[in-house]
Amino acid sequence: MQTDNETLLLKGNEAIAHAAIRYGFDGFFGYPITPQSEILETLSLLRPWETTGMVVLQSESEVASINMIYAGGSSGKCVLTSSSSIGISLMQEVIPYMAICEIPGLIVSVQRGGPGLGTIQPSQSDYYQAVYGGGNGDYHVLVLAPSSVQESCDMVGLAKELMMKWRTPVMILSDGSIGQMMEKCVLPPYTPRRTDEEIRRECPWATNGLGLKGRKPNVSTSLELDQNLMEQRNHALQAKYMRIKQEEVRAEHYMTEDAELVIVAFGSAARVAMGTVDEMREHGHRIGLLRPITLWPFPDQDILTLASRVKQMVVVELNEGQMLRDVEWAARFRCPISFIGHCGGVTITPDEITHKVGALLSQG
Amino acid sequence: MESINIKSPQNIVYAKPRLMNDTNMHYCPGCGHSVVHKLVAEILDEMGVEEKTIGICPVGCAVFAYRYVDIDWIEAAHGRAPACASALKRLWPDHLIFTYQGDGDLACIGTAETIQTLNRGDSITIIFINNAIYGMTGGQMAPTTLMGMKTSTCPYGRQADLHGFPLKISDIAATLEGTCYVTRQAVNTVGNIRRARKAIRQAFENSMQGRGSSLVEIVSTCSAGWKMTPDQSNQWLADNMLPYYPLGDLKNTVDNK
Amino acid sequence: MQEEIIISGFGGQGVLSMGKILAYGGIMEGKEVTWMPSYGPEQRGGTANVTVILSDKRITSPVLNAYDTAIVLNQPSLDRFMPLLKPGGTLIYDPASILTPPTRTDINTYSIPAMSEAANMQNAKVFNMLLLGGLIHVRPIVTVENVVQGLHKTLPERHHHLIPMNEQAIRHGMEIITQEHKAEVK
Repeated sequence: MQTDNETLLLKGNEAIAHAAIRYGFDGFFGYPITPQSEILETLSLLRPWETTGMVVLQSESEVASINMIYAGGSSGKCVLTSSSSIGISLMQEVIPYMAICEIPGLIVSVQRGGPGLGTIQPSQSDYYQAVYGGGNGDYHVLVLAPSSVQESCDMVGLAKELMMKWRTPVMILSDGSIGQMMEKCVLPPYTPRRTDEEIRRECPWATNGLGLKGRKPNVSTSLELDQNLMEQRNHALQAKYMRIKQEEVRAEHYMTEDAELVIVAFGSAARVAMGTVDEMREHGHRIGLLRPITLWPFPDQDILTLASRVKQMVVVELNEGQMLRDVEWAARFRCPISFIGHCGGVTITPDEITHKVGALLSQG
Repeated sequence: MESINIKSPQNIVYAKPRLMNDTNMHYCPGCGHSVVHKLVAEILDEMGVEEKTIGICPVGCAVFAYRYVDIDWIEAAHGRAPACASALKRLWPDHLIFTYQGDGDLACIGTAETIQTLNRGDSITIIFINNAIYGMTGGQMAPTTLMGMKTSTCPYGRQADLHGFPLKISDIAATLEGTCYVTRQAVNTVGNIRRARKAIRQAFENSMQGRGSSLVEIVSTCSAGWKMTPDQSNQWLADNMLPYYPLGDLKNTVDNK
Repeated sequence: MQEEIIISGFGGQGVLSMGKILAYGGIMEGKEVTWMPSYGPEQRGGTANVTVILSDKRITSPVLNAYDTAIVLNQPSLDRFMPLLKPGGTLIYDPASILTPPTRTDINTYSIPAMSEAANMQNAKVFNMLLLGGLIHVRPIVTVENVVQGLHKTLPERHHHLIPMNEQAIRHGMEIITQEHKAEVK
């Protein structure tokens, strides 16, 4: 097995598959749905069960997939699933179980246009679904938003680190364009999968029977009949979320230092907006881009600092303004905020953003 | 009166299984769950596999099985235990993975997961308690409720035009390529308990040997849901349940001579 | 250096794979590359186009409004993308599938009879390699050697015996491309 980096031309989806094997994941469980099927297809083609020993299983539904990673994560294994919009809706059943039972697991969401079956074209209309969840109870999922193929690959490693560190479900929120486009991707060297002994040592909470004779049984359950006990468990979870908010916020600042106008965008929309920034900078406009990398926890402080300094902000999304609400909340009305977006699978071009931002600049 | 202490190791002929703890069970008097729990604990101890066993609890009366048997457990969402089992067996191929499910969990909301897991041939065991009613939620109609049987959601008795027919899911399971052992047992008599014990042991052995999926259906009573005494329940089971759900092996591809 | 290319034609003409081989060639040159298909992932047939960007620095938007170079393989593609070429840009077309020839005078126009040549060679599969050869002849953004390396990466191993034939087609494409018009700079 190769132990070094390898540079390939890959789709975002393919990069995630390669990365899962190389970062030492123990299992993938998923169901086909456009535009993310290349993840399962690539894993099936690469046959990691013959090399690293990673399990790959095509499940009977997204409901089954999420239960598979719930159980796998509960047993201390490092597992992931992937799907798109409506498939992620089906997974909402068990994501809260993972949150409250503190089960690590990675969910890759490659968004398409909605609502409902919608389109198979790229969209960002599942921001609410990822950040605010569709499951029940007071829970969060740590959400990472890649904007390139390389970042899709790297985030699999980051997600593994975060989900094991915080014992929480982590979501990579990609979309049809990041998933389907090809870019140069430098794959990481192989990290060996953990041995049973390492799992026993690193995950003493795991429900895998290992060392049972010397300890109390481990149980993953979200059920409590006593509401006071359930409140205590909730409070413990919220305390963990506070620590995640303090430690795990990530955002990229692109030419914001001297900017008078800052665009806020994530994922594929941020890539397009970056083109606008380049183009408008060439014409002497002082504009910049803030790209949230973690959507939960959200870079509230970055937004507030910029909002207090710039003349205006523009949020660009491939939806009807979902992250916009979070930006508005974080900015505390320190500056005017406009919105540019498309939905249903219609994408955006740098020209359109440039044109609209140009109009805002001339008004301002 | 003089008392003599007869509790000494050489006198013990019957004891609580080592893997069962002292927690008071929440099961109603006469319920089959407690008997099956005991059998599971006994067999796991006997096989010496507790350090490589993962049990998966259902939603239903057995939701708290993890309180009574001292092994590692995962509490699954309603009906999804078999999906959990599939993943665990693939991730821990040397482990004993079993689910413990009721009729509503396994044969209604989780039908897809049950059929697909059994058909994949994953070497896991499903223990299926069939008492023809939703016990925990208070006695509603189950997929296995008999024709004419009264429950809170078919208070005038189950009838085909309103409710469809009782589902013989084990018969379906027996037709699947992935299953190696499908059997229907009961725990209403001592003889039946012995046979059920043997069946669970066989299923667990199959799982450890990687022979395919095993399904052990246990026709059971729900005295509270059926609104009968434990004794009446056992009689009703013999008179009504067993003619529709006859006991015995539905499939056994394993040569266990 | 940043070269922004659109390749457009009918599905099945090898548009997407030509872009992929070109992009791999770019990686071999140590460049950043982006390959962005425009068609729906589930679509079969119909028109297909792909944007390929090769750059010495980080590529920002993978979606573009204007291009340095366009390879157009049917009339609708020519009509759609000729207006989007930057002044001084390059247009490459196959006359066999174009009814109305290009009209812009501020761009460089080349024609390459790839379709008829592939027919002469009795090998429809080299069609897109002839075009690729033509492209790298007039826009030397990647070397033939690196494109061949790209082929090694793109083709499954069982097809590697076809690489010499493809290389030959690329070199042949470099010979048969002809300039129709030189950009008039204002």
